[in-house]
Amino acid sequence: MTDVQTETPAAEVPAAPKAKPFAWPLGLVGVALVVIGSFLSWSYDGTILNNLSINFYPGGLQILAIVAAVLALVLLLAEQQGPLSNLGNWLDATLGLRVLGTGLTLYMALVLVAISVESDGLINVNPGGYVSFAGAALLAVGAWLLPLRPQLRNLSEARTPAWLDILAIAVLMAALLFVAAYALGLEDAWSFILCLLFVAVVATALFRTGAMSWVAQAGQRHRKVLTLASFAVAFLFPFTQNGSDANMSIATAVLVFGATAMGLNIVVGLAGLLDLGYIAFLGSGAYVAATLSTSAFATIGWKPPFLVVVLVGACVAAVLGLIIGSPTLRVSGDYLAIVTLGFGEIFRFAMFNLDGNNGPNLTNGPNGIPGIPDLEVFGFNFGVAHHPFGIELGRFSNYYFLLLVLIGGVILAFTRLNNSRIGRGWVAIREDEKAAEAMGVNVFGLKLLAFAVGAFLAGLAGTIKAHQDGAVSPDQYIFLESAFLLAAIVLGGMGTIAGVLLGATILKLLPEKLRFFSEYRLLLFGVLLVLMMRFRPEGLVASRRRQLEFHEEDEELAEAVEHKLLVEEAK
Amino acid sequence: MTASTEEKPLTAMLEVRDLEVAYGKIVAVKKISFSVEQGQVVSLIGTNGAGKTTTLRTISGLLRPTNGEIWFQGERIDHVQAHDIVARGLAHSPEGRRIFPKLTVEENLLLGAFARRDPAGVRTDLDSAYDLFPILGERRKQPAGTFSGGEQQMLAMGRAMMSRPKLMMLDEPSMGLSPIMMKRIMSTVTELQKQGTTILLVEQNAQAALKRADYGYVLEVGQIKLSGTGRELLVNDEVRKAYLGED
Repeated sequence: MTDVQTETPAAEVPAAPKAKPFAWPLGLVGVALVVIGSFLSWSYDGTILNNLSINFYPGGLQILAIVAAVLALVLLLAEQQGPLSNLGNWLDATLGLRVLGTGLTLYMALVLVAISVESDGLINVNPGGYVSFAGAALLAVGAWLLPLRPQLRNLSEARTPAWLDILAIAVLMAALLFVAAYALGLEDAWSFILCLLFVAVVATALFRTGAMSWVAQAGQRHRKVLTLASFAVAFLFPFTQNGSDANMSIATAVLVFGATAMGLNIVVGLAGLLDLGYIAFLGSGAYVAATLSTSAFATIGWKPPFLVVVLVGACVAAVLGLIIGSPTLRVSGDYLAIVTLGFGEIFRFAMFNLDGNNGPNLTNGPNGIPGIPDLEVFGFNFGVAHHPFGIELGRFSNYYFLLLVLIGGVILAFTRLNNSRIGRGWVAIREDEKAAEAMGVNVFGLKLLAFAVGAFLAGLAGTIKAHQDGAVSPDQYIFLESAFLLAAIVLGGMGTIAGVLLGATILKLLPEKLRFFSEYRLLLFGVLLVLMMRFRPEGLVASRRRQLEFHEEDEELAEAVEHKLLVEEAK
Repeated sequence: MTASTEEKPLTAMLEVRDLEVAYGKIVAVKKISFSVEQGQVVSLIGTNGAGKTTTLRTISGLLRPTNGEIWFQGERIDHVQAHDIVARGLAHSPEGRRIFPKLTVEENLLLGAFARRDPAGVRTDLDSAYDLFPILGERRKQPAGTFSGGEQQMLAMGRAMMSRPKLMMLDEPSMGLSPIMMKRIMSTVTELQKQGTTILLVEQNAQAALKRADYGYVLEVGQIKLSGTGRELLVNDEVRKAYLGED
């Protein structure tokens, strides 16, 4: 990032406030101690936390500490005393250091706790652990004593060469892939939590320094590169798993969940219709695929090829959407939520009761339809492992790629709709239904369309899900699933693509990796949502419009948004 | 100069006959009849609660009448859907402007053209809206909620124009505006008339509305009390007393 072109000489920058003279060296000493400690043994017990017991052979968690320390070193060098002081004109190094120092201290404290919990007491902590902990604490103290730069240039205005932008995107994406593969490979929960903490601390530090806003700008300038890079990372992920299906099964579950959440995002995020029974559309797609499959328990004799099944499943879901939508979309707000909630339960009970005793036997009732065979499309069998380039890709990887195509399609549909005349109509309905009507927007028709499109996409995902799970049963489609879908959207950022995918990943990944937590899962999510509503109501990734909605009183932000828009326009 | 209730031939652009609108049991508009001729500016004045806004909302299909007929260009529209009415060339700039604050100026304007299916024509009209209100052009990418009241009113009028209406209904365009801004808005009304748009103007500000009106109606508790040309009403004693604040 040293290639940032300085546009004006820094001559008129006023004299910086006097720093505590020892703060900066203190930070350097802290960094050094963290690194030295990390090369020493942290734990006497080599069987816990993926072996942190060998001197001069750092284990995974120790490497993370070193990475954080190196990042802190770069920021320290960007301080006024450091040789990279020019960089500090752009980066808010001190803020970043404070986050890194505090976060690293917390990280080391948790490591010590983990070691003592996992192997009977603090006695098992080796000196290296204490050295790193002390170093982290020193870094934190030093960072809080360092002064903030009085005049900081806005990184988002930096004009950087295109290759650097693209390089930054590539590096970020590669880091994403690496961290994802690494975190998913962690077996024990402590390591996983610590790894999450590391990611959170580094991400926060990067945001605080303003580096992320520059990356975001770079992403804006090279949208296509960013999209392609994201898909490349997603595409490459199965190749990092050495044919193991353990993580791939989680990854496919995430993709199904993500695709469904994206569909619901059209209904909730764009058109503003609160649908609490959305999972039923996923279910209807899955049930159609199951009953039309060659499973011995399938109840319908017709066995069309899968591509036909996909269309039938999606259309059945869309028709259900129209049926439930046409009487209910005339009501609004809370009423719609209640009706859709009811519909979700009706679907489940219908599947439960269509067992031959209470009506025609379509679904085998509570037993569901097991034994759904793997897909075979154009002679490609999804059930067996394949070996492209000598790398083994298991059964779940096959479904993963198919779902990746699906999610790409859903994202495409979402963006095309969002930027179209129809998308504009939806937003208008969401903002002010009466005014939209006065503008000539066919409110009812557009709402119905949103419902049908959302249902169609969910049905599409459902047909794949049925084959991937190998079985369907009513209890997969409970209200809680609809609630989670909605939570993913709210958590990630309503109406955005990246946000909803991020929210879906978080909500699906955490329970899988933190199984010992499962009893408190709902409590945890509740707390998470409450915290989000308090501190970031627009979601992790905010769309521009929602940002305005939640911070209307915040004039600074309004100005910033305005300024950004003007800058964009000037280009 | 009493309310004219006699049958007229269907030559007017907009013809309202014995219109009655009720919110539940409360009758807001009681058997009013009036007409708007092509090319005219017609004003509907009256105090708060006289039923002016209700009348407009009923004409544009947002409310359903309990009785009476509405004819627009020789077709009955009192049971046509709101979006269809816009498509037929009747635009409504609602009370309180009702712009979309989180959408940009341009998005707001494009929403005004929602019923149209000719992107090229919409582009041209977008440019002419920016010509009419240069401030909108300067801030086309800015969220409309950051605008002042007058600018929002310009946007609301520009938005209503975007559907290329034959008849435009403006509900209290001068509400809450400074005198200068009000003048600007009212001269735009004249400008629009010159361009061939027929206008039905609802106002509490009787003076400003009647000065520009070819014809005017005075609405009082849901009934038409008086009607006449703008000039006639301006010099009418009752009007002067009740609406112009003169003794």
